[in-house]
Amino acid sequence: MIVRQYELIYVLPPDTTEEQAGELHKQIEAVVARLQGQVERTENWGRRKLAYEIGHFKEGVYVLEVINGSGELMKELDRRLKVMDQVIRHMVVRVDEEKKVVERTRTKRQSESERRRVKRGLPPVRQPGEGRGGDNDDADDDRFDGMEV
Amino acid sequence: MAMGQRSSGGRGRGDKKAGDKQQGQRRPMFRRRKVCKFCADKIDDINYKDVKLLGAFVPERGKILPRRISGTCAMHQRKLQTAIKRARQIALIPYVTD
Repeated sequence: MIVRQYELIYVLPPDTTEEQAGELHKQIEAVVARLQGQVERTENWGRRKLAYEIGHFKEGVYVLEVINGSGELMKELDRRLKVMDQVIRHMVVRVDEEKKVVERTRTKRQSESERRRVKRGLPPVRQPGEGRGGDNDDADDDRFDGMEV
Repeated sequence: MAMGQRSSGGRGRGDKKAGDKQQGQRRPMFRRRKVCKFCADKIDDINYKDVKLLGAFVPERGKILPRRISGTCAMHQRKLQTAIKRARQIALIPYVTD
């Protein structure tokens, strides 16, 4: 079985109690366990305003689950969540590939900068108080004003 | 010193034009150099869950801000696009607002 990492995010109605959310989580966990997957972590974001109305709901309780498992498992979860009427919206995203890419670029950048620094005869890691003052010299410039064309 | 005559700096051309052509060149076009925010800040991961980051690229109307205005590089615009579309699906960011 190929194990991949997925993120499952779902939205529950705003009046959902902790127990109801917990029960749904248990149901999901059971399905995951049955198909030889595992839930890596669960995040409850609590009540959030929805960007647009879904049904007649203006708010929702967001829950994020990071799951390691097969594609079959996620298919099954997706199918089940589609049927459940206490879930107003859900989405499954595969994340392992992207994570790998992010990791790779990060290490590449770091090793590259170390290599350059060593070439210049500096210690590989930036020392405190080195170079120009602050690290974010244009901290107030990170938002463009939209008018520049 | 050979460089002595350049004492007025590199703005010679603009100064002269301002005199003979009043309307056309009165306001020198000043363009800030646009840089990709993600390259500059070394943000590797453009995640759909990061509403604060994505929100900067979604103006009031709800459309995705074009590259020509934000200055984002092609690779990051592509990643930004998928992230915004995912965030829309799960109602973190609106599709439209009027």
